[in-house]
Amino acid sequence: MENSTVEKEYIGDEELELGLGLSLGNASGEKGAAAYGNGGRILTAKDFPNGFACGTKRERAQKSASSSDPAALRQVVGWPPIRSYRMNSLLSQAKASNVAGEDDESSKKKMNHGGHLGFVKVNMDGLPIGRKLDLNAHKTYQTLAKALEEMFFSPSPHSRGGKEQTVKLLDGSSEFVLTYEDKEGDWMLVGDVPWGMFLNTVKRLRIMRTSEANGLAPKSQERNEKQKSKLI
Amino acid sequence: MAYSFPEEVLEHVFSFLSSARDRNTVSLVCKSWYEIERWCRHRIFVGNCYAVSPEIVIRRFPELRAVEMKGKPHFADFNLVPEGWGAYAYPWIAAMAEAYPFLEEIKLKRMVVTDETLELISKSYKNFKVLVLTSCEGFTTDGLASIAANCRHLRELDLRESEVEDLSGNWLSDFPDSCTSLVSLNMSCLGSEVSFSALERLVARSPDLRTLRLNRAVPLEKLANLVRHAPQLVELGTGAYSAEIRSDTFSSLADAFSACKQLKALSGFWDVVPSYLPAVYSVCSGITSLNLSYAAIPSSDLVKLISQCQNLQRLWVLDYIEDSGLEALAASCKDLQELRVFPSDPFGAEPNVSLTEQGLVSVSEGCPKLESVLYFCRQMSNAALIAIAKNRPNFIRFRLCIIEPQAADYLTLEPLDTGFGAIVENCKELRRLSMSGLLTDRVFKYIGTHAKKLEMLSIAFAGESDFGLHHVLSGCDSLRKLEIRDCPFGDKALLANAEKLETMRSLWMSSCSVSFGACKLLAQKMPRLNVEVIDERGPPDSRPESCSVERVYVYRTVASRQRLDMPDFVWTLEEDSSMRYS
Repeated sequence: MENSTVEKEYIGDEELELGLGLSLGNASGEKGAAAYGNGGRILTAKDFPNGFACGTKRERAQKSASSSDPAALRQVVGWPPIRSYRMNSLLSQAKASNVAGEDDESSKKKMNHGGHLGFVKVNMDGLPIGRKLDLNAHKTYQTLAKALEEMFFSPSPHSRGGKEQTVKLLDGSSEFVLTYEDKEGDWMLVGDVPWGMFLNTVKRLRIMRTSEANGLAPKSQERNEKQKSKLI
Repeated sequence: MAYSFPEEVLEHVFSFLSSARDRNTVSLVCKSWYEIERWCRHRIFVGNCYAVSPEIVIRRFPELRAVEMKGKPHFADFNLVPEGWGAYAYPWIAAMAEAYPFLEEIKLKRMVVTDETLELISKSYKNFKVLVLTSCEGFTTDGLASIAANCRHLRELDLRESEVEDLSGNWLSDFPDSCTSLVSLNMSCLGSEVSFSALERLVARSPDLRTLRLNRAVPLEKLANLVRHAPQLVELGTGAYSAEIRSDTFSSLADAFSACKQLKALSGFWDVVPSYLPAVYSVCSGITSLNLSYAAIPSSDLVKLISQCQNLQRLWVLDYIEDSGLEALAASCKDLQELRVFPSDPFGAEPNVSLTEQGLVSVSEGCPKLESVLYFCRQMSNAALIAIAKNRPNFIRFRLCIIEPQAADYLTLEPLDTGFGAIVENCKELRRLSMSGLLTDRVFKYIGTHAKKLEMLSIAFAGESDFGLHHVLSGCDSLRKLEIRDCPFGDKALLANAEKLETMRSLWMSSCSVSFGACKLLAQKMPRLNVEVIDERGPPDSRPESCSVERVYVYRTVASRQRLDMPDFVWTLEEDSSMRYS
């Protein structure tokens, strides 16, 4: 798959029937990178397994019968057309039923969780418009951070094959850190608690300037080590 | 010779006209009818908040008591409209606060409503009665607290599927003890726990309460208490329908339900424990509407429940019902009018349940009154669609979503053109159609030829060329809303049918092949259309004009084309083809 979808569009390439969306993340269909879910980008004709302008109808149909790649499907914004309200509710119920066998207290807690477990708002300091991210597309902090990095820090479409900025939101090396607001309304650094616990308590995310994040619970060196080993 | 009908008589005659369309028609008869009608119009529906301005509405209709309005385009439900696009309620509420001190009802759909807006509503209208916010967002429970505290005569508070920031459950306690007028309360979308005692007292002092939809946080053990306070309920939405299996909880619940002789609608049922379902059996024979679309109930338990609801007219359910359950539905519920089947695992690689096209075929065969369908499934065939179309020529709404985009007829590997063609050809009263699966330009030819009453059409991943779009725009006489995503439709069809767009409420196209140049041309050609280019890649004129835009939203408007609240990713085109953005 190509990385130069953006370039082709500017040349007015005939083959690209569809308008391109944000060129967030690479179009190369890596399964790992594919899992960043909603708010990522709009697929182009090239990304789509069946294609549009290529092949006969029968060819297309046969391709369609054999390909059922869930990761690819998840990448398509807004498809299948189910309201995020409904999606979140289903997903949070699935989680609740998965913990059948736990004691009443914690499963009750899970059931009482707000209805929007899946999609959370993400704001970044300096940007007035926020985005929404599907947390259920992620199983670790790594994929979450990568998705956010791609969403907010990817090279602008205007730069031609410019060098990729690698921004690491989780290790404190960039000028931004990733924080979240928990159920109690406190702002915490992302990465301090086990992933499952994080999912249960997160209400929304904010990419905060490191300079502003000083008031947040500092990560101790020890905890850091422990968490890092858990995340891997 | 004076030949005038007394105004009062005309007014009285007009008062029997409830439909907005009829009133609009009446106002076009002559100038005096226009005048008389506008003074006695109390209820208004604005399908697109940007089609008109508050000033224009207020100038024309000085005596409004009820306003209903829609904001974002439908595809916003699926995150296709970036956040911050618009549809703010505040400017409307602020303008109306001055003009309509006696306003009683506000119903908004897909609009951004802030706490400030809610507070303004609660303080501006002394006689405020009805607030319905469908799929709205932007407010918190603090805003709800203002409504609860200040609206002395509140009858309806309905927050259907809105996104509310849950700061606390205490807002409910802000209803004063003197508030006894509540008829409908729908808080099902809220996440946090409300104070149960406040809720109980509110229900107990509301003798007119007909609709109560609880949120998930209300535990099953407490449901019986609530229901006991309101045996007159017509519509009930439970909270979480799960508890330890205890016979006293069960019998308490069953008793409470058996006292509800007027119950017609049930919903909620989150986290269902099927053993508790029989508690509602006593009311099943009267139930006409069942929303089990959040309930993971195995097919056999569903069938036991549904087969007791012989008067069922509306069923929303998850695909756990499976083909076998739908067959049972078809056998027991002969009054069924509307069916919606949602997927329980839309992203699963393999089907997790045995729900196929056969389920829909069975229901179409067995339920003679079925007229409205929303069906998610993983496979479809032309044969099935043709059978369905022949069985049910009375369809009004047909929305089919085959989960895999561009899925072909699984039996013949052909496109599904003939299947959908049969639907539009047989169902002559079809008003709404959503299609999916592998579709060529041919299906659009069928639609343009036959779907003469079609008002709303949703298309995704379909078609081959501009002919597809052209067939629809030139053939569908009644078309009002057209929404398209990821189709190879572009400039030619759009420009050739520019005039058609003024007869419609709106057109949405995203990830298609519409160039910026065409958008400009369209805006130039049609001054009463607002052509919004919604593109997050920066100004469209920084790219060649032949470049496709990410999204274009075209709607007719009598308000200014430059709405003042555009975010920086929306460009609207001036007549002089310059681009303006706020």
